[in-house]
Amino acid sequence: MSKVLVFVDSRDNKIKNSGFEAASKAVNIASELGCETEALLIGSGVSSIAGSLGAYGIKKALVADDPKLEKYSTTAYSKILADACRSAGADVIILSATSMGKDISPRVSAKLEAGLAADCTEIRTEGGNIYAKRPVYAGKAFIEVKINSAVKIFSLRPNVFKPVTIDGVTTAAENVSVELTDADFSSQVKEIVVSNEKLDVTEANIVVSGGRGLKGPENFHLVEELAKVLGGSAGASRAIVDAGWRPHSEQVGQTGKTVSPSLYIAVGISGAIQHLAGMSSSKCIVAINKDKDAPIFQVADYGIVGDALEIVPALTEEFKKVLSN
Amino acid sequence: MKIAVCVSQVPDTTTKVKIGADGKTIDPSGVTYIINPYDELAVEAALQLKEKQGGETIVLTAGRDSSKEVIKKSYAMGIEKGILIKSDIEMDSYAVARNLADVLKEINPDIIFFGKQSIDYDDSQVGLLVAEMLGLPSINVVVSLNIEGSKVTAEREIEGGKEVVEATLPAVICAQRGLNSPRYPNLKGIMQAKSKPIEERQPSYTENKIEILNMTLPKAKSKGKIVGTDVAAVGELVKLLREEAKVI
Repeated sequence: MSKVLVFVDSRDNKIKNSGFEAASKAVNIASELGCETEALLIGSGVSSIAGSLGAYGIKKALVADDPKLEKYSTTAYSKILADACRSAGADVIILSATSMGKDISPRVSAKLEAGLAADCTEIRTEGGNIYAKRPVYAGKAFIEVKINSAVKIFSLRPNVFKPVTIDGVTTAAENVSVELTDADFSSQVKEIVVSNEKLDVTEANIVVSGGRGLKGPENFHLVEELAKVLGGSAGASRAIVDAGWRPHSEQVGQTGKTVSPSLYIAVGISGAIQHLAGMSSSKCIVAINKDKDAPIFQVADYGIVGDALEIVPALTEEFKKVLSN
Repeated sequence: MKIAVCVSQVPDTTTKVKIGADGKTIDPSGVTYIINPYDELAVEAALQLKEKQGGETIVLTAGRDSSKEVIKKSYAMGIEKGILIKSDIEMDSYAVARNLADVLKEINPDIIFFGKQSIDYDDSQVGLLVAEMLGLPSINVVVSLNIEGSKVTAEREIEGGKEVVEATLPAVICAQRGLNSPRYPNLKGIMQAKSKPIEERQPSYTENKIEILNMTLPKAKSKGKIVGTDVAAVGELVKLLREEAKVI
């Protein structure tokens, strides 16, 4: 391998944690392969944030900084990434499997005729080759893959690769010339509607999810309050999404979102196979359910048997107490 | 309006995965196969568009002979024509996309619907690969869609919100749950689907870029401990999370 290019996605000139995760993993892979890493930032005003990548070992950042790129465009962004890969002579592209990364990477794959291993949870190098492990069937199984094309693309599942800081590295930013025509913006974001300031369940370090055991949508606030006290996000089982209690964007499991937070608390969720697939890679799992034989207890590290409506408020209070000390 | 929809056949979500004899794929014995749930939304979107604006609908899939079932399911819902690109070789997303793109080039549709991902390999690639191969704009993870003339406005789900995206037809749309509620086929539709012909094609491209080396099951978790029952166990749980698991 000759060079690793990492695309660091940003919104409103902010790099999310997943961007640093990708940068850090790219530096790690490049050092194992004995080659250089370059980062790419795309947006309007992104030159000002390139410096923050130094902490993760990025020495050189390419910036495509143009007012036209203020809002995301799948067509324009993927063209810039593919062009940057060609002109940098990179043969490995790393990016995060965020909504933007998932949207760009297949287009870049087609442009460069490069294989794409999506949503990887482990990457290792051996004998100059890169091997990636990625979940399939929503996490019911994993496959290890190797990419057999000249350029190889790996997207990394957010919240899995912990960014490692490296001291004493400063990032030199270099502008890449962007020649874009109207045709390159054939798909263009006009507006972003932020539903709330909460972290998405896929990004949160702590997720508290609720299910049928909450008995009704009016009790979901108990889950939200616990999540808030812990600085986490609230998720939902498919049962209560299908019942219309919660929006689909909060659903955890197969046909919903797959999460791997440090702590997952399942409240009143029995643990259907589809749900377990989506959360069983969480580092620590707590289950609260009135049925001691519920399948959720098979994957839980800790469990309490009892009524969620009584236990959750008590748990919220207890955490408030200990966290304020 | 020419409306295309691409679908795939996947194991039902209740499937308990067992590793097959080759160590690289799942053991298909006892597995129920269904149309990919996100593709069902794509079929529904195609039918709703046809009902509103008129035109013809065509469904495409690439896979084994058994994939005819998902074409029949699409027929039963109301799709008019179907093409199976028949391959007994397991193709990766890139190869599937190349085959679909080659056929779609011929059909030259005004709009192509996909599900945002298939629930087997969870790649989330094929729709966007096809868009790029055909030089078309795309909108991915779409939860609402409005088409007026050749202008497409869609909402796509992102972390913690939505993006409002505009594109011009012809375009690729990848459906996410929330876009619609797929209809149930009626008996007449199911009966008619049985005898409706399916066009078969040979694959035009069979080279995989992704090589699967092995498939493994997640590490089995050892059963954890029941801390206790009811509110009385709360204090102990918090203590364990802080002192033993060290996650808080």
